Amino acid sequence: MLNFELLAPELTLAVTAIVVILLDFGVKRKWWLAAVSILGLVVSAGFTISMWGGGSLALFNNMLAVDSFALFFKLLFLVIAALVILASTGYVAKFSRFQGEYYALVLLAALGMMLMAATAELISIYLALELTSISLYILVGFLKDSKSTEASLKYLLLGAVASAVLLFGMALVFGFTGQTQLGAIAQSLQAMSLAGVLSSPGLIAGMVLMVAGFGFKIAAVPFHMWVPDVYEGAPTPITAYLSVGSKAAGFAVLLRVFYSAFGMPHWLSLDWGLLFAILAAVGMTVGNIIALPQTNIKRMLGYSSIAQAGYLLVGMASVHIFLPASSYLPSVTGQSGLLFFLASYALTNLGAFIAIIAISSKLDSDLISDYAGMAKRAPVLALALTLCLISLIGMPPAAGFMAKFYIFSGAVQSGLLWLVIIAVINSVISAYYYLRVVKVMWMDKPASRAKVSSPPALRVALALSCLGVLVLGIIPGFVMKLAEMAAQMFAF
Amino acid sequence: MDFNYLSTIIFLPALGAVIIAFIPGLSDRLIKWLSALFTLVPLALSIYLFAIFDRASGAIQFEEKLSWIPAINAHYHLGVDGISLPLVILMALLGFIVVLISWKIDLRPKEYFAWLLLLETSILGVFCSLDLLLFFLFWEIEVIPMYFLISIWGTGRKEYSAIKYVIYTLFGSAFMLAGILSLYFATGSLSMVDIAQGGMAMVQSVIPVAGIFWLLLIGFAVKLPVFPLHTWLPDAHTDAPTAVSVVLAGALLKMGGYGMIRVCVSIFPQVAREFALILIILAVVNVLYGAAITLRQTDLKRMIAYSSVSHMGYVLLGIFALSQVSLVGATMQMFSHGIITGLLFAMAGLVMHNSKERDLRKLGGLARQMPVIAVVFSVAGLASLGLPTTSGFAAEFLVFVGSFTSAAVVGIKLWTILGVLGIVLTAGYILWMLQRVFYGPPLDKFNKVKDADILERVYMFVFVVVIMGVGIYPAILTDVIKAGVMPVVGFLGG
Repeated sequence: MLNFELLAPELTLAVTAIVVILLDFGVKRKWWLAAVSILGLVVSAGFTISMWGGGSLALFNNMLAVDSFALFFKLLFLVIAALVILASTGYVAKFSRFQGEYYALVLLAALGMMLMAATAELISIYLALELTSISLYILVGFLKDSKSTEASLKYLLLGAVASAVLLFGMALVFGFTGQTQLGAIAQSLQAMSLAGVLSSPGLIAGMVLMVAGFGFKIAAVPFHMWVPDVYEGAPTPITAYLSVGSKAAGFAVLLRVFYSAFGMPHWLSLDWGLLFAILAAVGMTVGNIIALPQTNIKRMLGYSSIAQAGYLLVGMASVHIFLPASSYLPSVTGQSGLLFFLASYALTNLGAFIAIIAISSKLDSDLISDYAGMAKRAPVLALALTLCLISLIGMPPAAGFMAKFYIFSGAVQSGLLWLVIIAVINSVISAYYYLRVVKVMWMDKPASRAKVSSPPALRVALALSCLGVLVLGIIPGFVMKLAEMAAQMFAF
Repeated sequence: MDFNYLSTIIFLPALGAVIIAFIPGLSDRLIKWLSALFTLVPLALSIYLFAIFDRASGAIQFEEKLSWIPAINAHYHLGVDGISLPLVILMALLGFIVVLISWKIDLRPKEYFAWLLLLETSILGVFCSLDLLLFFLFWEIEVIPMYFLISIWGTGRKEYSAIKYVIYTLFGSAFMLAGILSLYFATGSLSMVDIAQGGMAMVQSVIPVAGIFWLLLIGFAVKLPVFPLHTWLPDAHTDAPTAVSVVLAGALLKMGGYGMIRVCVSIFPQVAREFALILIILAVVNVLYGAAITLRQTDLKRMIAYSSVSHMGYVLLGIFALSQVSLVGATMQMFSHGIITGLLFAMAGLVMHNSKERDLRKLGGLARQMPVIAVVFSVAGLASLGLPTTSGFAAEFLVFVGSFTSAAVVGIKLWTILGVLGIVLTAGYILWMLQRVFYGPPLDKFNKVKDADILERVYMFVFVVVIMGVGIYPAILTDVIKAGVMPVVGFLGG
């Protein structure tokens, strides 16, 4: 049976993307393109919200799931795409051609991300991932200067390798279980004994290769090499999009694959839990330490996003409630913490990047030292950027504080206190480089007295994300509830 | 609940900060008057609470409780008892006075007063929160205003000192967060009151209960500060503007001592008893080492800063002597030190501001040029060394009597006696400092130096009245504190 109405959010986006491309031929005033894109996103969000609470449904022979987990992510991606488009309007006006394609590709990437969150089958996961990736490869190269082209090529080549690794992993898992649907894989794994799994190293290799493939998407160490160059070279709104959208989509797939397909038996999930714990510890430490000496703010945020991926992986590693008697209770605090962290990180990082777009477009520089005295030249932008940086450190009253508290409380429940201690010490290290930007903006002498102005759409986007950061930091109850409902399916 | 006194007290300064920061075009004068208003009202309210506080009851009073984040069982839960109320009054008083002290600030006053008011909100929040998450939230917020205040309006190596302060504090609170999370997982609750009453004997936990105790203690120890985690303090004090030094020494350090009583001792009485000896030894080290280092200082503010390290040793001693009298003494010492050191820093700020000199080797004979400041500075100094009829005497006397007679630790008498030696050193450096600054032959280079003006005399008078008032009639505070200490002693089983 085909319930096409369940696909309404995705179909809306696809149609909007096509309309935007066609409209590009007709209209002179290009802001119409952004307006139509936003409209499409809002309609799509409307459809998504109307499905909330409808229970878990499946489409196309269990290929796509429509459950609260998928809906949570779809809403997140729609919000992200809308903010990216709002932030792009001024930036894109610099392009003489292909503005329609720019917006359409942003929408198509969002469509791919939404499908990534919904797929429950290996082949369609791969397809959704490629839809996202290919759109982003093009967007990264959109500036067509040497840095942007280099970034795009690097991203394409490394992304293709990562896709191949992922596909190889999927093939191995398929080979040993004979299934591509996640639910069916879980069943066939549970039927295997401990000896059975141990005697098939190919299956374990398959899982590890899949971690590597997804690790590329979420920018986890050691699959992070592309991040700084691509972040620096890409158009800034696309950097923002990569740092939150692409990462969140990667985590959506990672959560669904590992928790629904490889979640049982317990010893198996504890094993990969440990793998993720180690990746988390290494990722945050490497990301934070390399971020310390950076002088370019986009590169710095690139390394910071590697570190944030480390914090997020803490949620992946929090598999069960740990009790001293070595019995295990199901817990989803780590997973709902991960979802909440993603939401707060998305708003925070978008806010930071939007402020950077506004400041850098005036300065024509991404060097931190050029932000000197920004508190005088653009007090509101400086304040907003400060708030976002404080949120990235994980200090109140910003969203990052609650997110860290929530995700780490899940980790402590799973007996990962050592990991939490590494993580909190890492946030102390990170305070140093985030606050350096704050210091430059508020304490250093401005190079000129010229005010830095920003277009209205950008200001709206910035206001929305900062408001979100504050709301999630002070009254996070509602979003935490949503995250908890979305993660409920991982209770096993 | 009829009127939410505590929420009003806590958030009025923050409201003032928002008004000052976001209404464009306020004149500097208006900003200062607004700041004074938004700190005076909380002060008045907190004194009113002190007046109507039920001294016979050890319970939490003026409680406010709302569900805040159901997903993690966190509540917006405020309340004060006899331990926190004096500290709330202390902060509210200092909050108002530092606005007066800052009256001459003309560099970016809008931001300055906004941060100052925000700082007051966060410290008041720490003293009033009864939910661990809320407590931690206020605890962390405090770092941001401090960072800005030191690094923009400070002197000397201000940016270095500011970031050092931030890193130390965050380092401490990183462990504290791990401790709070472990405690939350072990008990399923974030309410300090519930956890303390439930006890830790029966809980299952990831790590030993003592581990949680130490994680939390590190966070508080950085703030108090406890040797060897104290090195941020002299830097921060030396380079901070006067008003911030006053808040820092006066109220901020007390967050550490307060946290130790409220969390470490109340929730983990058994563990506290077990490790009391180590902490008492650290306390004595704090007292003697701090005093010895103070003797060597040549910078006026740095000297007072190190004397704080020494005096906070008495707080630590009083807390971990774990007897009723010593706990009352520790709380008393927190209040008294807040006022005395606040006044010392205010006076040091005036001397520095008026004479443009802070090096003790180059100062001298200022009693001739600034007699009023000299007298008040001397009063503060004598209070600091614990002269009878000042609050310093009452507080330190209680600490010593309480810990000398305590049965919590073997050999505490010896440690107490060693601690008392700190008084001798204190007398040494205080008198030496007063002599260096104010006495000796008047120097010609200071002939044009002015004495305190009217505004400055007003707040000096307030300080002196509080110091002498509490010194002559300590029961005004000890009655309240005793009520607050009672339940803690109950947990200790003493």
